[in-house]
Amino acid sequence: MKKYLVLAALIACTAQAQNHSGLEFASEEIRRLQASDAENPGMLWVDQGAKLFAQKCASCHVSMKGVATRYPAVEDGRIVTLEAKVRHKEAFAYESDELLALTAYIANQSRGMPIKVSPPAEKLDAGRKAYYQRRGQMNLACAHCHEQNWGKRLGAETLSQGQPNGYPAYRLEWQKMGSIERRIRACMFGLHAELPAYGSDAMLELELFLAARASGLPIETPAVRR
Amino acid sequence: MALARIELPHDARRGELVEVRIVIQHPMETGFRRAPQGERVPRNAIHSLVCRYRGAEVFRATLSTGIAANPFLRFFLRATQSGDLDFWWLDDDEVQGAAQTHLVVSP
Amino acid sequence: MRRRDFIGSLAALAVSPHVSTTDPLIWSFTRGMPVLPGRVTLEVPALAENGHSVAMTVRVDSPMTPSEHVRAVHLIAEKNPVRDMAVFYLGAQCPRAEVSSRIRLNGSQRIVAIAELSDGSFWSDAAYIEVREAACTDGG
Repeated sequence: MKKYLVLAALIACTAQAQNHSGLEFASEEIRRLQASDAENPGMLWVDQGAKLFAQKCASCHVSMKGVATRYPAVEDGRIVTLEAKVRHKEAFAYESDELLALTAYIANQSRGMPIKVSPPAEKLDAGRKAYYQRRGQMNLACAHCHEQNWGKRLGAETLSQGQPNGYPAYRLEWQKMGSIERRIRACMFGLHAELPAYGSDAMLELELFLAARASGLPIETPAVRR
Repeated sequence: MALARIELPHDARRGELVEVRIVIQHPMETGFRRAPQGERVPRNAIHSLVCRYRGAEVFRATLSTGIAANPFLRFFLRATQSGDLDFWWLDDDEVQGAAQTHLVVSP
Repeated sequence: MRRRDFIGSLAALAVSPHVSTTDPLIWSFTRGMPVLPGRVTLEVPALAENGHSVAMTVRVDSPMTPSEHVRAVHLIAEKNPVRDMAVFYLGAQCPRAEVSSRIRLNGSQRIVAIAELSDGSFWSDAAYIEVREAACTDGG
């Protein structure tokens, strides 16, 4: 048992040591944009989020520092994302500017802090299974690109590890801010697979797994990605 | 009302060069994109922008769809006295936007 | 076109390697005046990861005094469906003829920056930008 624990710890350590943010695979231009709050378009949503927070949330909530590092979380056996939490008082539509602004603001309050998502092991089973499952016309699993081939080229791009630590992020392809769920759907689209619905169980399970996998990576919201 | 973020140096001295940076939230829709259902998203871009410092125009631009979404502009002005920096812009949908900040200038 | 204009544009062609002065878009603000290469520096990356947003800075070598300054800088794309990208109006009160923005490019192409000076002369710089395509289709 002890040997197993040591081995598991070693693997966990090396796995964590091998976690690389998408920023490392981004171009110089994107890195420069993300580093400058004055020029990062994502900060527009953070600013909007700060205003909305003061208007709608500050009467009950004081500081959001550190909050985003713990999401998605498991509460009463259910997976809860930051978006779901924000929607508890007012049901903003998914991908609406308001929801993006609030989640971006909250995550930005934890910028630089490491993701600390460690739910009960069995809660990760469904997401892990989804991550390794082949899907779509391309018949590929997330793992094929983001675990087995990260760092290698796909066309003119370098494959990242598919980490969620910068989300909500300003994606050049979208020309606006977007959530991790939108990004997951975009990936599925690339595989010509069925797109999981926003807030669906399939989505939540995958999000939880991704966050647990990303543990230790610093939050970068608002990240800039291609 | 579109959001904007204006960046100015904290300390400007009279006569100095001041770098002004602004990012404006606007899709700068080209008119060539298609929505998920297939219909064209109509063109709507900011076409005119003016910046005034203490009431006098210091920068003006005619923009088009060749400027990226959430447009960013960086230009220079000369600091004279503390005063307001006013931005105004207009897009193809005839929606006006405005943003204001204050430049502090020490003598 | 009058003979004077015709000869003018022939001369213009000889000294304007960056642009064709009979191009109606260019003509609309130069009125056939020669566009001389130089005094303008267009700073863009040679390779852009994504055509949606490419950093651009344009600088004009000018003392920026009431008697000698930059009136405007025109930014034109060769292959965008809408070729005129921006005009930045500076004027005598502007202390430095330098403007940055982010442009949108419909594929790899050349862009040109043309500065109009207070003495009525036109100067230009051009740059070619290779634009990469996304590896995966996004679909929103």
